[in-house]
Order: sequence, then structure tokens, then C-alpha cells
Amino acid sequence: MALYAQALINGILTGGVYSLMAVGLSLIFGVMRVINFAHGDMMVWGMYLSFWLFTTLGLDPYLSIPLTGAVVFLLGAAIQRGLVNRILAAPHEMQILLMMGVALVLENLALMVWGPDPRRVNVSYGLSTFWMGPIVVDLPRLVTFALALALALVLYLFLRRTDLGRMIRAASDNQTGALLVGTDITKVFTLAFGVGAACVGAAGSLMTPLLPFTPSSGLLFTVTSFNIVIIGGMGNLLGAFVGGLLVGVSESLGAVLLVPSLKEIVGFVLLVVILLFRPQGLLGGRR
Amino acid sequence: MSRRLGVGLGVGALLVWLPFTVSSVWQNLLITTFYFAYLGQAWNILGGYAGQLSLGHAAFFAIGAYTSVVLHTHFGISPWLGMFAGALLAAAVSQGIGYLGFRFGLRGFYFILLTLAAAEILRLIALHLPLLGGYTGLFINFTPNPWQFQFKGKIWYYFIALGFLAVASAVVWLIERSKFGAYLVAIREDEDAAEALGVDTFRYKMLAYAVSAGLTALGGTFYAYYQFYLQPNTVLSMHHSVDIMIRPIVGGSGTILGPILGSFLLELLGEFSRSYFAEGAAGLSVVIYGVLLIVVVLFLPRGVYPTLLGWLRRATGRRA
Repeated sequence: MALYAQALINGILTGGVYSLMAVGLSLIFGVMRVINFAHGDMMVWGMYLSFWLFTTLGLDPYLSIPLTGAVVFLLGAAIQRGLVNRILAAPHEMQILLMMGVALVLENLALMVWGPDPRRVNVSYGLSTFWMGPIVVDLPRLVTFALALALALVLYLFLRRTDLGRMIRAASDNQTGALLVGTDITKVFTLAFGVGAACVGAAGSLMTPLLPFTPSSGLLFTVTSFNIVIIGGMGNLLGAFVGGLLVGVSESLGAVLLVPSLKEIVGFVLLVVILLFRPQGLLGGRR
Repeated sequence: MSRRLGVGLGVGALLVWLPFTVSSVWQNLLITTFYFAYLGQAWNILGGYAGQLSLGHAAFFAIGAYTSVVLHTHFGISPWLGMFAGALLAAAVSQGIGYLGFRFGLRGFYFILLTLAAAEILRLIALHLPLLGGYTGLFINFTPNPWQFQFKGKIWYYFIALGFLAVASAVVWLIERSKFGAYLVAIREDEDAAEALGVDTFRYKMLAYAVSAGLTALGGTFYAYYQFYLQPNTVLSMHHSVDIMIRPIVGGSGTILGPILGSFLLELLGEFSRSYFAEGAAGLSVVIYGVLLIVVVLFLPRGVYPTLLGWLRRATGRRA
């Protein structure tokens, strides 16, 4: 029993980062109706930036989040302004193709800069744990979870309480309406893409103390993010958040119930079940 | 009409003559081009004509490849027959995925991600099946025998790949001219309107999916007996699904020449970036390839073939 409780806790803690990365994807999709196939690669860039700041300046990955978030924000905003914005009216398959091109470039640039070897950020407290009853809690996992939660809250407040946030939500709900009341839609798109990218970049930094990564790690993060947003309901941020926790838990339990290398299958099976019984996603409204 | 016939005969003669005159590197390049054009053509039926973008065709490819190899190594059944068993199985699996997706009218991105998830599930299962070699992959012993789909020399593979492509293109040509093809295009352009006009959209999407999956599976058998090695993380990866879908999209999806043009173009671009930039840092050639891909999308957002056609019409001042 303790084994399952342990897996449950670990799953929830990992799920926090999943939530943050999926929220970023969902935000981009909700506003622009574009799927960011380079999402996981942006995350990997966040990871490498944290790694780089850690090895050169000794900056703790948790402290480098504002920096990595800002850099990946700019990266996302530039991709939106320079590329995505030009093909918003093009057929879906062309948008997908473009984002796949971007993903290839980002992944292989990382390969050129940092090489193919797995990297890891070895913080001094990387292996510290404490006991909560019969359950062991990794300290970095807990910190990562708490910060992911905090960042999601910041995003929520930004979208709810600020004018810029309201503009983003308006454009997401009703683009024509937003245009009619004079919203600068290009600005909103750039901002939304940047914020979505910053979320996943920050998620990358948060992930660095937990697991090693390579330039090709991005694909798995991209696929996992896709999975989560469908489970939660596409374009629904709360859904993405809940979906992230759910997928984190199901993978963690899957690793215990099945073999660890099969853990991802549980997330996909969950997706199929959702599509069977609730195709609009857990918290999605009408499609 | 006779001019068309002349062009057709000329192209045919060129394609027969070509493999005997080029080096084995170029033979390989041509085989890969035809082979991906074939897969693109198969994808095109569902993704191009019916407009249901699939990012999971690697699944059908792998089902075809593994079925024929397992039937051959364990039961001694020739891949020439086994490939049709693989195609049937792939078509059956496509009906499962299609049922799941189309029954609820999952459209656009939902369908894309459903197909992706299906392929990922199969990849994870394949990695854990001892029968398929797991992480090590499955090696196929090479024993040259045309009846077992194993040939000495690339020429054979060249003509088989060309034949595959010709068959798939003929299938697409027939579909394009049939009512079925018209229904598919109607579904792509406006599914609700098609439904309102009485087109059984569910049925025709399912049918397109089955044909597309079956043809893709045949390509898997070709790959298995051309490479003699199958590994789930290669043949069932999302990268592979992307490789399959990317060529018809670049060339112009929903057109018969699109997958073929796209395949030639991308093979040349890939070869160009590999041969000129492979000396540089690891990854540089793929970066160049990615940039070229982005450039193609930005400047030819409708695909190569439709754009060429547009230019041709403007140049000749008439509707070609």
C-alpha cells in the first residue's frame, strides 16, 4: 500500500511540471488555434539554459527561472512574429509543417551547441529527502511542484486581473469580437505565444534537477503535452492543469503496476478512454 | 491526348533507363524517393483527399512490416503473400482508430493527436514484445530469393518501388475520378455541408482510412526487406509518421502529383543538406533541412504542385 501511496505522491509532484507545460500549449492553441509542435523543444531549451547558467555561473536552476522564462518568451514571440503570423490563414497541414520545421531547427541547434550526451544539473540538495509517515518525499520534487503551482497561479492572475491578460482571453473566446472592439490582434498573438513559451521554458528549468536530458528529449515532452491538453480539453487552461496532474499520477502508478518503461502507455490509454467517453476532454465545453 | 501519351512514354523510358546509368548512391536515393512517394500517396488518400490529417501512419507501416516478417520467419510464408495479411491487419486496426475518432466526429487536431497516440501505444507495446525483438530490434537474415522478396542488387528494389508507386498512383487516380473521391473532397471542404447533402461521411472516412492504412502497410513490407532490420523506435516513432506525411504536404496534398513532387524535392533538399553540411557540427545538416522546410511553407503555402500549376496558368494565360 505504501508503494502505491508513494507512487501517487511522486505522480502528483511530477504532474505539477506537466501541468505547467501543458498550460503553455493550451494557451497557444486556445488563442491561435495553432498546435505548437516545437513545444517540447522549447522546454529543452529552457533546460539547457538553466544547465548553462548553472555550470558557468553556478546559478541554481530554481533561481534561473526568470531568466530562462524571459529568453524562451522572446524565442516564442519571435517565432510567432516571424513565422506563425504569416501562415495563420494557411491550411492546417501547412501550419503543422512549419512548426515541425521549427522543432527540427531547435532540437538540432541544441545538439550543435551542447552535444548529444545526457546532461544533468547536480544541485547539492539533489538527493535530499524527508519522510512523511511511511512515504519518502524528494526535496527537489517538492520544490519543483510548489514552484510550478506558483507559476500557474501567477499566469492565472495575469490572465484574470490585467488588461493584457483580458485581451488574451477575449481573443481566445471570440476573435472577431475582440477585433471589433479594437484589440490589436497581432500584439495579443505575439504575447500569447510568448507567454505559452515562457511557461514551458520555466517548466524546463523546474525539471532539470529531477532528470537528465538530451537534445532529443523534446519529442517526448511534446507528445506528453498533446496528450494532456486533449485529456483536459483543448484550449482549456484549468483542464490542462488537471490533466497534467492526472497524467503525472497515471504514469507514476503505471510504472509501479506495469514495468517502468511502459509507464507512458497509461497516459495514452487514458487518452483513448477520454476520447471514448468524453471526447471534449475532462473540462472542455463544446468543441 | 497524343502529346500526353508522348510525355508519358518519354517519362516511362527515362525511368527504365535511369537506374542502369547512375551510381549505387543515386540508385538508393531514387529508391527512397519512390518509396516515400508511395507512402505519401497512401497517406494522401486520407490526409489529402479526405482532409483527415494522420500523424500515426507509422503504426500501419509497422504493422505491415512486422506481420510479413513474423509470418515469414516463423511460418515460412513468403512476404509476397504476408504483405497482404499485413495490409488487412493494418486496415482492421485503422477501423478501430477511425471508429474511436469519427464516431464522435473528432475533427482536425483531435484526430491528429488521436492517431499520434495510437502509434505511440503500438510503439510501447512493440518495444515489450519479445517476438518483435524489443529494444534490440528484429534482424532479418538475408537469403537472396526473389520469391521471398529478397534480392541481390538495388535494381530489383528500384523497379519494385517504382511499381508500388505506380500502383498507388493508379489507385489515387481511380479514386479521384470516382464518386467516392468526390465525397472525400466534399468532406474535406465542408464536412457539415457534405453531411447535410446526404453523404455518409462516417462511412467514407472509414473507407478512406482502410485503403490508406492497407497501402501504407504494403510499404512497410518493402522497407523490412530492403533494410533487413526493424526497430520500434525507428519505424514506429513520431519522426517516421512525420516523414510519411511531410512529402505530400510539401508537394501539395489532395493532388496526385503532390506526393511525388514533394518526395523528389525533399529527397534532394535532404541530400543537399547532408552532403554540404554533414562535415560541420553534428546536427547542422538537419538544421539546414528544417530551415529549408520553413522556407518552403512560407513561400509555397499551398504546396509545390498547386503553386507550379498557378504559375503555369498565368504564364500561358489560360486554364491548363
